[in-house]
Amino acid sequence: MFDHAQAAVEAALAAGATYADARYVEARDEQIEVLNGMVEQLDRNEAAGVGVRALIGSSWGFFGTHDLSPAALRAAGTRATEIAKASAVVPGKPAPLADVPVVQAEYETPHTEAPLDVPLSEKVDLLMAVTATMQEVKQVRLARAALGAWDTHKWFVSSQGHRIHQHLVETGGGYDATAVGEGETHRRSFPQSFGQFETGGFEVVRRWDFLGNAPRIAEEAAALLDAADCPEGEMTLILEASQLALQIHESVGHAIELDRILGWEAAFAGTSHLELAKLGTHRYGSELMNITADATLGGALGTFGFDDEGTPAQRVPIVDRGRWVGVLSGRDSAAIAGLPPGGMVRGDGYARLPMVRMTNVGLLPGDSSLEEMIADTERGVYMSTNRSWSIDDKRLNFQFGCEIGWEIKNGKLGQMVKNPTYTGITPRFWAQLDLLAGEKEWVHWGTPNCGKGQPMQVAHTGHSASPGRFAEVRVGVKG
Amino acid sequence: MTDPRQAADRLIEIIGNRAEAEATVAVGRLELTRFANSFIHQNVGEEYVNVRLRVSADGRVATVTGNRGDAAALAKLAESALTVAATQPVDEDWPGLTAPIEIPPADFSHASTNDAVPAQRAAAVKAFVDAGEGLSAAGFCDTDSFAAAFANSAGHRAAARGSRATIDGIHQTGESAGAAHQTSNAFAELDGAAAGALAADRARRGMHAFDLKPGEYEVVLAPEPVATIAVFLDFYGLNGKACNEGQSFVELGAAQFDPRITLLDDPMGAGALGEAYDSEGTPKQKTVLVDAGTTKTVVHDRRSARRAGTATTGHAWAMSGSLGPLAGHVVVQPGTDSVDDMIAAVERGVYVATFNYCRILDPKSQVVTGLTRNGTFMIENGAITGAITNLRFTQSFVKALGPGNVLGVGSDLRYADSEFGQGVVRAPSLRLASWNFTGGAGG
Repeated sequence: MFDHAQAAVEAALAAGATYADARYVEARDEQIEVLNGMVEQLDRNEAAGVGVRALIGSSWGFFGTHDLSPAALRAAGTRATEIAKASAVVPGKPAPLADVPVVQAEYETPHTEAPLDVPLSEKVDLLMAVTATMQEVKQVRLARAALGAWDTHKWFVSSQGHRIHQHLVETGGGYDATAVGEGETHRRSFPQSFGQFETGGFEVVRRWDFLGNAPRIAEEAAALLDAADCPEGEMTLILEASQLALQIHESVGHAIELDRILGWEAAFAGTSHLELAKLGTHRYGSELMNITADATLGGALGTFGFDDEGTPAQRVPIVDRGRWVGVLSGRDSAAIAGLPPGGMVRGDGYARLPMVRMTNVGLLPGDSSLEEMIADTERGVYMSTNRSWSIDDKRLNFQFGCEIGWEIKNGKLGQMVKNPTYTGITPRFWAQLDLLAGEKEWVHWGTPNCGKGQPMQVAHTGHSASPGRFAEVRVGVKG
Repeated sequence: MTDPRQAADRLIEIIGNRAEAEATVAVGRLELTRFANSFIHQNVGEEYVNVRLRVSADGRVATVTGNRGDAAALAKLAESALTVAATQPVDEDWPGLTAPIEIPPADFSHASTNDAVPAQRAAAVKAFVDAGEGLSAAGFCDTDSFAAAFANSAGHRAAARGSRATIDGIHQTGESAGAAHQTSNAFAELDGAAAGALAADRARRGMHAFDLKPGEYEVVLAPEPVATIAVFLDFYGLNGKACNEGQSFVELGAAQFDPRITLLDDPMGAGALGEAYDSEGTPKQKTVLVDAGTTKTVVHDRRSARRAGTATTGHAWAMSGSLGPLAGHVVVQPGTDSVDDMIAAVERGVYVATFNYCRILDPKSQVVTGLTRNGTFMIENGAITGAITNLRFTQSFVKALGPGNVLGVGSDLRYADSEFGQGVVRAPSLRLASWNFTGGAGG
């Protein structure tokens, strides 16, 4: 299998590239969705092909092909170099690649049950049972449940001598109940919105108690129809762990991407409020804020052996006791910034150019607990499970909506509230983190739908988090 | 090179009488030149084959996809579809296949796009960059050309060709940015220099921005934010599946919008990129969604139509099983107002060039939050008087276009980038009576 990639690399070099690498990727995935007891979607997808990168001076070219004939692979390598030559019409400064170890290696996601080998009937039966349970609550109009699995082989070859084979396995799923009222809808999801995904086999799905939580989720969706509106104003906010994970993703994970900081994503995804000159001194948040980008974290969705440039997976400190100390980088961006390459470059399938992506950008646990936080709060709101997310192009001004909330009064959870929202400015918000739950409530949440790049690429990323408390946050923003 | 008609036919032949089957095959080349900091930093190309096969074996339904068109791969894909379907419960809502109907072969492609080479895209980028001397440019120029075919076991066949080319980018001053966008089926129609000049002008006028106190303001929206509004109305509301599920704002026959608002799906009309049939082989046609403020219809695929007790409108796509049918060629009907006239009529308001990161809070009320970006300007006494820092809004899009709220409709209809993809919406500028800005740059 290395031969496919090798042929493309050799052709790129022969056409004039000074560096080239290629990935031969075989990817299979399965997506199942059941709505109200009916299979709404059952898709099995397979794709295989080679993507080759060629570098000449400061100019990159990339070409992807599904055609695995020797002639087509050579043509792809040549085409990548021709594209790199065209890039030189509008050239940048010389872009050296940071050095990384040249390795020949194998990596496989530890897993017990290959997810695509688990009988479809068993998966469908589970989803049917979940939706049937939720439909027992009469206000639930839509009971939806889904499972997904990805099985990916990558063979990576570079002109520097890399030869790396990886077999990555990712599995997960989830469900939601939607109650429809007069002029409003309310959804509750489990384990989180869009489901929970991890690296691993079908044991991931078995570990989460899908059926056991279905009655509660359905009842909460129905109860939201009669819930009070979220209070408005500035008050204490406690975030459930999966919502805090998305907060990390949006207001930290994207902001620390070095390609954004360097302006490479300015027109589409945006830039960052962070300035490289302040790396090591900028205060990102309170002393409780310790963030790492850890691609070695067992079971987390952003875990792998090597990135798509052949750089080994690493654990990189990002925020240390509130101080910004690290970025997400690849070989070219790290060289420009004068930093060690972080091994965080990945492409979405064979046909997309690898780019800086989050690995597992997570918040290390504190020493409190959700119970203690609530008991310690005089007036506030506890919000759970994301429903909407929006943040500006510098990753500063954000507004999130959650599925459900509860008022907190005098140290106790009070009435349920609907349409809870909160808004803030990134460093100000993180500076207000004053309590953080401990390891017992720490979960490696997975985000399977992180979009970036043009053409659009979707990455799977991880975000470990436990519940956290923030002081004086504006909540209850309404349209 | 895979012939999409032969591949689609072959799949149906392999399935034979073992199941009902429909196959779609698209073969094409997508190339995209991306620039930032005024140089080309990413430059990519891809030859693709997208094969999709849906089968119903005695009502047991499965869909498989692949990216190879050779005989062995097609045979493997077909057997996989049958194997997966056999494990499934009977789908009581299986809507059956599209009966044979004549669809003339349609070719909406343009030779200048089909034949575009990397050096031509680079030249367009250079023109964009050079138009903003002293500024920092970022964006992309891409070309996409494809040939596609449809076949089903009911004997229906269709084929089409198409193309799209886009240049989209910003110029930045260091404290402000301005955007410009052009899309056509013809690469030759793109004018990198003109797009670059517009972006540069907007960027320069965006300097020295001040913070505006959040609140309700009259607004003039450029085609880009109007396109974003149209996408939300389309995806979450005028979607037959969303309606069936009770999640849509739509009340058919009701005057839900201002009489100045007419919304179409027009895949074959003048200026359209063209799509002759949907993923179920149903012919495309012009569909009036909102007529002079009255919501007339929603779009359907065969499944959502069956559930609603009506006929498909030809809006199936690869994900419609899960996300519902979509209008993919939306036109917000233009009016006769010039942008200058609309601005001249505003006593105190805000001009918005683009929206950013819009997300829905509740599909039924269509309350959306998002931000302004790449050009937000204060309008006072009929003239733009200065730049404003980006604002956050939390606003029902249905209410924004509600009866009495649309004060002007521009004549400047064009393809506008909605932040959700190119070539989906053509829109003019709009003047709206009120927009709910809920936060400024400082929170």
